[in-house]
Amino acid sequence: MAYTLTVNGSAHTVDTEPSTPLLWVLRDLLDLVGTKYGCGVAQCGACTVHLDGVPVRACVTPVSRVGTKAVTTIEGIAANPVGAKVQEAWKSLDVPQCGYCQAGQIMSATALLVATPKPTDAQIDAAMDGNLCRCATYPRIRKAIKSASGQAEA
Amino acid sequence: MNAPVLSRRLFLASSTAVGGGLLLSFDIGSEAQAAGRATLSAYLKVSPDGKATIASKIPEVGQGMRTALPMIIAEELDVAWEDVVVEQALADTKVYGRQVAGGSMATTLEWDGMRRVGAAGRWMLIQAAAGRLNVPSSELSTQPGRVVHASGRELSYGELAQAAAAIAPPDPKTLTLKDPKAFRIIGKSHVQTDNEAIVTGKPLFGIDVRLPGMVYATFLKAPTYAAKVAAADLAAAKAVKGVREAFVVEGGAALDGLLPGVAVVADSWWAARRGRNALEVTWADHPTSAQSTASLAAKAAEFAKGPPQRTARADGDVPAALKGAAKIVEAAYDYPFIAHAPLEPQNCTAHVKDGKVEIWAPTQNPEPGRALVAKTLNVPPENVTIHLIRCGGGFGRRLVNDYMVEAAFIASKVDAPVQLIWTREDDIQHDFYRPGGWHNFTAGLDAKGDLVAWRDHFVSFGEGETFVRSGGMNSSQFPAGAVANYQHDVSVMPLGIPTGPLRAPGNNAFGFVIQSFTDEVALAAKTDPVEFRRKLLGQPRLIGPPDQNDSFHTGRMRGVLDLVAEKSGWGRKLPKGSGLGVACHFSHLGYVAVVMEVSVAEGKVKVEKAWVAADVGRQIINPTGADHQVQGSILDAIGSTLHQKITFENGAAVESNFGDFPLLRMSEAPPIEVHYLLSDNRPTGLGEPVLPPAPAALCNAIFAATGKRIRSLPVGDQLA
Repeated sequence: MAYTLTVNGSAHTVDTEPSTPLLWVLRDLLDLVGTKYGCGVAQCGACTVHLDGVPVRACVTPVSRVGTKAVTTIEGIAANPVGAKVQEAWKSLDVPQCGYCQAGQIMSATALLVATPKPTDAQIDAAMDGNLCRCATYPRIRKAIKSASGQAEA
Repeated sequence: MNAPVLSRRLFLASSTAVGGGLLLSFDIGSEAQAAGRATLSAYLKVSPDGKATIASKIPEVGQGMRTALPMIIAEELDVAWEDVVVEQALADTKVYGRQVAGGSMATTLEWDGMRRVGAAGRWMLIQAAAGRLNVPSSELSTQPGRVVHASGRELSYGELAQAAAAIAPPDPKTLTLKDPKAFRIIGKSHVQTDNEAIVTGKPLFGIDVRLPGMVYATFLKAPTYAAKVAAADLAAAKAVKGVREAFVVEGGAALDGLLPGVAVVADSWWAARRGRNALEVTWADHPTSAQSTASLAAKAAEFAKGPPQRTARADGDVPAALKGAAKIVEAAYDYPFIAHAPLEPQNCTAHVKDGKVEIWAPTQNPEPGRALVAKTLNVPPENVTIHLIRCGGGFGRRLVNDYMVEAAFIASKVDAPVQLIWTREDDIQHDFYRPGGWHNFTAGLDAKGDLVAWRDHFVSFGEGETFVRSGGMNSSQFPAGAVANYQHDVSVMPLGIPTGPLRAPGNNAFGFVIQSFTDEVALAAKTDPVEFRRKLLGQPRLIGPPDQNDSFHTGRMRGVLDLVAEKSGWGRKLPKGSGLGVACHFSHLGYVAVVMEVSVAEGKVKVEKAWVAADVGRQIINPTGADHQVQGSILDAIGSTLHQKITFENGAAVESNFGDFPLLRMSEAPPIEVHYLLSDNRPTGLGEPVLPPAPAALCNAIFAATGKRIRSLPVGDQLA
């Protein structure tokens, strides 16, 4: 089946099975490798992308369900001013250890801050609990979200 | 090339860099090793534009060595960090010496040598400036990136680089190193060099490697380790759109070699995965297919009742001391097998062409992988090229290169570069697990409450005196040497499950059992747990021979114990349901004490806060990276202690993904206060030593909060 997807503002047509997860369309067919495979069952959040601004797990999102929704990946998140701010905070506060999960973390954090510009700790936990970090950079992630939202670390 | 200068640890040679400038090549290792090498390609390059390019030889797994080791060179070279470019070296221990991300050894082994490499470069630039300015070098000093004369005249490193290349390198032993008080780079936080690429999603990791004509592979192995393929129907897999090939891999019996299985190769990984789902494979029976967690535990329980197979250490007379003791404390502890689960599933890209093998591998330890690939594919090791790719986590898993040999073997059957990616289920079910173990403790206290006897009957896996990989225990674990009567007994049973090092191997379990039991003994002695440990440590002294890596300095441990007690407000009253727990443990040359505060409500543990005091010598090189390792280790330990276990049935792992093998999540991560005790000792590694005391600090806090002693991990629902 042919699908036309809008990814980071550009239209791409791919020919694949309807059930192919968006993750593998991005990685193998569009060569956008920033979105990561971690578990394949929506348990880790490494594959988080935005569909019309809403964070979804690309590993369990069949390409057939994307439709006309705009797909945003880590490669395109800087076009969103909030996303760019989050990326800056991630760099300057040195959030990553291995870095593998961080694309997904940044996508979830950006969606959180767009919806809730000044999140509380509890709101941060709720929004970020689906994103695993095996290196456990959670204290820095929390700090970077606070910083990107203009709130001083408590 | 100028004549190389040999020293005990550092081997230097200089030449003109391609494109001009100074190329300082070096090796850090033994003189004999260095002398046997054809070329020295670990390098520092100073270019005419003033940039300093530094080759990073250690694999990067998130431990930050790609940043920290270049910082050391840049400091002594005296160059601005902004002018440093870091390049990843190829895997080649013939050239680079040890290239392992493991054992927390990079800082320990490289600290002095890397300083001297930078200092040698600076010395040569100064000599070049002396010639150009026609002044004695004693009148010259440096500011970042330039040599300055007392008169105010100065030359940039870029201007001097070419002339410096013609100067013979100095004897590293004669170099004067910077006074640490003058450090501009070391000791200040420098963010990771790869951060920009990480936050923008640039290709960095093994699964991001893309080569022209590359195909993707999956590899299905038997749930029971090393079971052979009895029958395989490949037709349905081959019929899946995009699948190019599916074939049986004979494989061998060695658990860390190429195992039997079925490979599916396709145009995309998803097609390979669908092809694999369509396979019909029957696995042959295997001698270990009756093995289960329950059968191993039953065997361990039998051992616990009887005499040990052997006594590994016996100081004094434990039976007699126990007979004369005023009080005896006995407890049996155990911990489960656990998986590493780095977030990037195992993967490797390989291209086999004309007898040459080219590999792009996220690996912590490339050389054994090269040897395994060479042997399995029957090619000379020098025909195997390994590109070191940033690892999406390691934790010890990528010290074993099973995925590398799988990729290489599959690629040898396919006329294209192949990227093998495991599923998460493959990763959890085909790990080299931290082995489970059992410790049967007996301690004796005298009438004053002093420890007079300590016995640990350790039950593990192996045969005779040989343990399975990472299943052994040294006999120097504290309180060895601090109690007159000490006995370390060992019994082992055979195992058909792959095991291997997990962050702080061995110690990640010993810290839990020893420091938990120490707490029990302290309470039996009616002594505060911190006070009891202080008494046990006694006068500051080294237990064990000097310069031996497991020799233990009681004074250094006392230092971190006192510091963590002070910072955590040890002894303060907490409301019902809350508690403080303490533990301290020595490993990987680091002394670490941890206090945790927990609250327990409705059977659920919440860690409210953790305090850490660590003594890893006189210098923290990169504080942001150091804090990462400390906090990551604490959280790693909280996750595994509360949640993780791998169980076996029918010789195979039951758990398969993050649903049944949970990692710690953000809402469970407490604030962590980190304190470094800078002692006058050489700087040592931080990737591992913080983890071992953490599980016991947590479980001791649970006891303080609830009165429930956790003697079996994980905590799971034991408090419900």
